[in-house]
Amino acid sequence: MEFDKELDAKNLNCPLPILRCKKGLSEINVAQVLKIMATDPGAVKDFQAFCKQTGHELLQLDEAEGVFTFYIKKHAQIS
Amino acid sequence: MPKKLALIASKGTLDWAYPPFILASTAAALDYEVQIFFTFYGLTLLKKDLGDLKVSPLGNPAMPMPVTMPNLIQMLPGMESMATMMMKQKIASKGVASIEDLRTACIESDVKLIACQMTVDLFDFKKEDFIDGIEFGGAATFFEFAGESDVQLFI
Repeated sequence: MEFDKELDAKNLNCPLPILRCKKGLSEINVAQVLKIMATDPGAVKDFQAFCKQTGHELLQLDEAEGVFTFYIKKHAQIS
Repeated sequence: MPKKLALIASKGTLDWAYPPFILASTAAALDYEVQIFFTFYGLTLLKKDLGDLKVSPLGNPAMPMPVTMPNLIQMLPGMESMATMMMKQKIASKGVASIEDLRTACIESDVKLIACQMTVDLFDFKKEDFIDGIEFGGAATFFEFAGESDVQLFI
């Protein structure tokens, strides 16, 4: 999957992956895609909840050997 | 209109420092407008130096310990420092953020930090002991924001 920015949030625990994700999204343009990797098992549900509440789109979620990789498309701010 | 979160942080131990800063930084990441009102022992969390935060196993039977220890032993000198040191090592090894990092994340995402003026007076705290950029206020200040917030929590 193509992406515009990559972030490594492996070995970080709640809420750091979400905070990194938010920061990463602020550094890309609307419609661009952020790839972020995490190992926190709670991150799957947290990233889904993050996207649902902020309007950013979770395009894809992969899991391989305990690493979760999220592809998130930035949406325009609603507020 | 962004959602709003109003927190009261009333505890000043290393373990209880986490919930307000985790919730506030996460809510800010979710585009909430956030205020934390620090009162009583919670004011410790606004000091410039957070190195003094401690955790005590004493009177806390739920705290996981490597070996079971009766309260009588836990109250011996040095036990609190030891428990704090162990907790800090655990925090670092599990990739959990430090309180400093979470507080910085809150400040960077415009979480408003309010120190309870009454507590400052009560404990003879000095304004220069605290980090810059905080506000001082009372209960009415809290309600001004809390009254129009979507979530209000006392921690």
